[in-house]
Amino acid sequence: MSSGDADTVAVTRRDFLRSAAASSAAAWPVSAASTGTSGPVRASDPAGNLRATVALRINEQDHVLSVDPRTTLLDAIRDHAGLTGTKKGCGHGQCGACTVHMDGLRVLSCLMFATMAEGRQITTIEGLCHPGETVHPMQQSFIDCDAFQCGYCTPGQIMSAIACVREGHASSDEQIREYMSGNLCRCAAYPNIVAAIRQAARDMER
Amino acid sequence: MDRFEFHRAKDPADAFRWSEASRERTGGGSYIAGGTNLVDYMTLDVMRPSVLIDINDLRHAYGRIERMSDRLRLGALVRMSEAEDDPVIHRDCPVLHQSLAQAASRQIRNVASLGGNVLQRTRCEYFRETSWPCNKRNPGSGCAALGGVCRQHAVLGTSEHCIAAYAGDFGQALIALDATLETLDGSSGRRRRMPFADLHRLPGDSPHLETTLHPGELITFIEVPMAPWLYRSRYIKIRDRQSYQFALASAAVALDMDGETVREARIALGGVTTVPWRAREAEAYLRGKALDEAAAAEAARIAFSTARAQPQNAFKVILGQRTLIRALRETAQIEIGR
Repeated sequence: MSSGDADTVAVTRRDFLRSAAASSAAAWPVSAASTGTSGPVRASDPAGNLRATVALRINEQDHVLSVDPRTTLLDAIRDHAGLTGTKKGCGHGQCGACTVHMDGLRVLSCLMFATMAEGRQITTIEGLCHPGETVHPMQQSFIDCDAFQCGYCTPGQIMSAIACVREGHASSDEQIREYMSGNLCRCAAYPNIVAAIRQAARDMER
Repeated sequence: MDRFEFHRAKDPADAFRWSEASRERTGGGSYIAGGTNLVDYMTLDVMRPSVLIDINDLRHAYGRIERMSDRLRLGALVRMSEAEDDPVIHRDCPVLHQSLAQAASRQIRNVASLGGNVLQRTRCEYFRETSWPCNKRNPGSGCAALGGVCRQHAVLGTSEHCIAAYAGDFGQALIALDATLETLDGSSGRRRRMPFADLHRLPGDSPHLETTLHPGELITFIEVPMAPWLYRSRYIKIRDRQSYQFALASAAVALDMDGETVREARIALGGVTTVPWRAREAEAYLRGKALDEAAAAEAARIAFSTARAQPQNAFKVILGQRTLIRALRETAQIEIGR
């Protein structure tokens, strides 16, 4: 696609998702009675579906979301908070694409309900650096080492890799492979991912 | 996924109140801690609780690792990765550390609780997929694994109603080490202690009944006695891929040696069994013997003497024995300096 074509596309997929998320959040007003972290979730929407009000702190910003209690943290991050950097791969905890940090630990956002993440600090790939800032050493290292092909697993790989280094589990290629085994890459960029983590581990120490 | 109510319990009494109130509801209630198994099974409609009771705020009471003089006391809400990283467990209890470090992925271990881990359900393909008959998921509907695709299934502890394998690793270490559970009864709130070996039920003719816990009963602590064999212990896990995979066969071994001679042996088997599995006859055989290749092979033969395999998983009888032989031989060679 040429740059001229791109200019004619009025709404990008990302913009569409962002506006859809905003409208779905606005469609259901938050009532004071249904807020609070430990209270029962009994409020229903007009269709009779149970609703839960969830206060999530994502990338140091507060998001108050009205969601179906069945909403996973992953879907809340993507579809309700509008942060689409975190990817949905399998939805069953088998691929690691949805990896985010919760209170500094890497976790799978598809395997917990959003309601369970209240009061916790969530960091997604968007939280690693602000627009215009220098990217995180791990992001730069993935670029330098060509550690991806299609890029779909990359946000999860990078979030997992940063935690892997911080945990002290990046001391050898063997250890990196073991502690990154929860992140699958269908393009099989594994050798480059290991190289990127090795390089970033040195950069993050400085 | 079915609709459910979500409650966040402040303390055990709070959890028991919600549990009690949900008992008569369709689908009943379920505690949720890490949720790594439960959420997956809820998205697949395999488990359908109508009330979820989040017990993570009980971590202040059940989230600590304590090293006592005679035992290790693990809160049931300790995360798998916390126990994996604990320096005392790493140094003094290799089989516990290794069984945790080789389970799932680091992301899953960061949220999965120890109490939830021992209660995880089988990953039998027919249990996971609701369109198939399954006596465990839908009592009386039959077992699709018998005569079906059953390469991953159990060869020990099976029945004509169920051959689903127990998926955990930590449970094998716990049963080998004579661990004890402490629970709180959901109705009376009373404390109860039981051997970990009494937690799981063999499938028999009621594979849907998996544990001996009462409705609403909550595991609060797991205790491991600091026995002499703990220091010379090992967990070996054999899988289709090297990491992030359930066991085809595994062995948890702990030995107390007098020179070359076995004083006490503790052996548990995984991947090949329907529940955490202690190989007591094999242990008894090894007592007082030198642990050479022949003795290890005979112990492994004894451990699998009651195995009943299907054509597709017959290889597990051999693989399981080889796994145990290797575990015994490698454990005997561990140098311990105390």
